[in-house]
Amino acid sequence: MIDPVALWTVIILLGLGSFGLRFVFTGLVGDRPLPAWVLRHLRYTAVAVLPGLVAPLVVWPEATGGQLDAPRLAAALVTLAAGLWTRNVVLSICLGAAALYGGLYLLG
Amino acid sequence: MTTETTKSIFWQGVRDGAPFILVIIPFSTLFGVVATEAGLSVFETLTFSVLVIAGAAQFTAVELLRNDVPTVIVLISALAVNLRMAMYSASLTPYLGGARLWQRALAAYFTVDQTYACSIVKFEQSPDWTVGQRLTYFFAVAVPICPLWYAFTVVGAVIGSAIPEGLALDFAIPITFLAIIAPMLRTRAHVAAALVSVVAALVLAFLPYNLGLLAAGILAMMAGAEVERRAEQRAERRAEK
Repeated sequence: MIDPVALWTVIILLGLGSFGLRFVFTGLVGDRPLPAWVLRHLRYTAVAVLPGLVAPLVVWPEATGGQLDAPRLAAALVTLAAGLWTRNVVLSICLGAAALYGGLYLLG
Repeated sequence: MTTETTKSIFWQGVRDGAPFILVIIPFSTLFGVVATEAGLSVFETLTFSVLVIAGAAQFTAVELLRNDVPTVIVLISALAVNLRMAMYSASLTPYLGGARLWQRALAAYFTVDQTYACSIVKFEQSPDWTVGQRLTYFFAVAVPICPLWYAFTVVGAVIGSAIPEGLALDFAIPITFLAIIAPMLRTRAHVAAALVSVVAALVLAFLPYNLGLLAAGILAMMAGAEVERRAEQRAERRAEK
């Protein structure tokens, strides 16, 4: 059982801390201009963080206990290819889901 | 001159946010289930989702709390998972920095993966938008996402029962993010950043407290910026000839 004091400490401080991280630049820096090299790095924040967030989930899926799994890998590749080719997010999700369930049905 | 009305921008935002409902509902339901299974009450689970409003960090915190990890470590780990929010905040600053303080505070609260991903693409495409129009779009993306995040946390907490594993809902998250990332790979610099991010995140996955992702993010940003700088230099040299 989780200790209620520890739990509420985490809920409140994590809430405040997460807000602080979100507020640090938008809120405190405001509209003061940022140097060009900073902006050049910031242009890549999304493509720098999100692929790294996804990669371990694809290669070591928690549902299979961290074992590389053919249907999940195929679904990831289909989604990525569909996204590159069509540039359509919803269509890519649908194709990826179809690949996942198709793969699970055929191989599962 | 503005050719788009506030109303049309609002509905654009809602439309762009709507596809994420597919991922928000299973993800928040799952959090509700996991949290109540770890012993949290429905009220504690909902408070968690409202105050923290960041799925990956919430899962991390509950998982570590369940394993009796010291409170300080729980906080550091979950905040490390959320460090990308600071990068989002920095990246939104050139677009939203001109807004009033309370508007920036509200935007900060609603800065999540989805509002960020949609907004940054839209703001780059629409350089003539005013700060007000950008805020309208940003909050509009949150409209179909954040209320459902709270609501389905409660649904998951109330259900409390296991979701059948055969549904493979675990993979809704990677598929959705891959579908968002792919259209972002517009230039060689973006592709380089993404590749460095993937390789570094996997190689550095052994680092504790998710520091690997943070390091991968920083390395990948540097890679993207460097490729862009070199491409600019090449373009300049060609122009001189």
